[in-house]
Amino acid sequence: MSQTATMTGPAPDTNTKVESGPRGPRPKPFFTPQKIIIYSILVFFTLYFLFPLYVMLVTSFKTMPEIRFGNIFALPSQISFDAWVKAWTSACTGLTCEGLAPGFWNSVKITIPSTIVSIFIAAVNGYALVNWRFKGSEIFFSILIFGSFIPYQVMLYPLVMITRELGIFGTLQAVILIHTIFGMPILTLLFRNYFASLPQELFKAARVDGAGFWRIFFEIMLPMSLPIFVVALILQVTGIWNDFLFGVVFAGTQNLPMTVQLNNIVNSAQGTPEYNVNMAATVLTGLVPLIIYFVSGKLFVRGVAAGAVKG
Amino acid sequence: MADTAVDTGRGAGNTGRRGFLRKTFLHNVPAKIAALPMMATVLVVFIGCTIWTVYYSFTNSRLLPSGDFIGFEQYERLFGTSRWNVSVWNLVTYGAMSLVFTLGFGFLLAVLMDQKIRFESAFRTIMLYPFALSFIVTGLVWQWIMNPTLGLQGTMRNLGWESFTFDWIANPRMVLFALLIAGLWQGVGFCMVLMLAGLRGVDEEIWKAARVDGIPTWRTYISVVIPMMRGVLVTAVVLIGSGIVRLYDLVVALTNGGPGISSEVPAKYVYNYMFGAGNIGQGLAAATMMLLTVLIIMVPWAYLEFGGKGRRS
Repeated sequence: MSQTATMTGPAPDTNTKVESGPRGPRPKPFFTPQKIIIYSILVFFTLYFLFPLYVMLVTSFKTMPEIRFGNIFALPSQISFDAWVKAWTSACTGLTCEGLAPGFWNSVKITIPSTIVSIFIAAVNGYALVNWRFKGSEIFFSILIFGSFIPYQVMLYPLVMITRELGIFGTLQAVILIHTIFGMPILTLLFRNYFASLPQELFKAARVDGAGFWRIFFEIMLPMSLPIFVVALILQVTGIWNDFLFGVVFAGTQNLPMTVQLNNIVNSAQGTPEYNVNMAATVLTGLVPLIIYFVSGKLFVRGVAAGAVKG
Repeated sequence: MADTAVDTGRGAGNTGRRGFLRKTFLHNVPAKIAALPMMATVLVVFIGCTIWTVYYSFTNSRLLPSGDFIGFEQYERLFGTSRWNVSVWNLVTYGAMSLVFTLGFGFLLAVLMDQKIRFESAFRTIMLYPFALSFIVTGLVWQWIMNPTLGLQGTMRNLGWESFTFDWIANPRMVLFALLIAGLWQGVGFCMVLMLAGLRGVDEEIWKAARVDGIPTWRTYISVVIPMMRGVLVTAVVLIGSGIVRLYDLVVALTNGGPGISSEVPAKYVYNYMFGAGNIGQGLAAATMMLLTVLIIMVPWAYLEFGGKGRRS
């Protein structure tokens, strides 16, 4: 985007000197065969990407008799919120019939502290790695990054034993700890790269004025790093909200997050499946990350691309 | 506050580093305290837990870990179990298809998006939104779409196309393609964003030079642009590859390994043996094989990226 902007910007000025640039004054007609092919492919993929969202929403507003009629494309003849109410309050997860609401609140209880703790630890860590290097700090960081590629299944059982030993297995603290551990590589990378991009003179000036580790962090670094905190926040909230494995292993039956409850509602419920309730529950679970995605826009892109940026 | 709480919890893991800490104890103490969670994670989780898993995969641990060594017996049993062999084969097949199509479609879409098209940000928003969703959500939506009686197949038949068949989810030979459709739906947008960033990183002068030389556009992409995007491509392969090895949630939600065992994957095997079947040794051996797979992907990459000379800081 920015590239095209800078290219079109100075074009009129250089017009007199450069005779035939790639973007001359004569605009091409919009409907060239090439453009038609490009847009057809893009529209085809757009339909592929939008189709499930459409089906999810349409199905959730239908009644079961209408669904049995067998047309997933059709709009509901009459919009019914019954499935949404049932999904939220009384859908059965195999054991209980309390709907998704408890799962939602469990996810909130897991996501908020996990996000705060993991971001704080990673921010301080990234700051220490950039500005307060010590012997071995880079080695630890390298192992941390490579460790993030180890499949979770490899470390799962020992972590169960450790959390059991600490007496927190099956509690919220265990899930928070696990999310902090596995969020650390990507978040530390994010903050380390960001702090490294800040001018070193600021840090040095503060050092000369006698400020210490924490004072520089809280009074100079933090106020300057709001954008990267927002990126980290987006990354962690969506990541933790969408987690399934850690929730199912570490949270304990009382704290199962929304994704686990959703899967139970759809895949372990007995009796005839109610597809409208299933789809309403699915939309409800996807709602939080979707809202974050649509509100945050480019920051989300920056967040997901952060893993691709080499340190 | 928060980090000290975690530190004390895992302090035991740091006793081995005492000597190292004491040697430079008076210097830079707050930084070391700040980095304690990282050190604990690296030493206890990434190194300690991994070694523990590999070590105990050679024991006959069942409900609880035990110290009885039985050599490679767990591995022999592992590769004698049809469910594991099916899982590995599925992962290889799915992984190859997923890698090729994610990269292929991702690159194609990125190239199209780079043609100074209109509504670029709208297209990008639509292509990337599935990536924000949980694999559980993705799996369940596609499970409903692919429902043979009331989903897409039933709809098309009701509309008069009697021979329309889209029963991949219930067909053992096609179920991996069902997984692929859902997996691509979620992952292609992300790949496209990476590739687009790579394409935008290519200097405009190179395009001008190629145009002056009369090289066709497709040729410029293949011979000039793709080689220049090596960094982005390698990163994409590593990220997609490590995601494939972890494939778990999507299978649980979409097929739960079925029909039969035709869509089982290694991560699910590990989970089921550790927490379901109460055969920890089997689960650990399977997990170790997953680790080995990742190492086979990672080591050449690490060698290419960081071998030779040290990283830039």
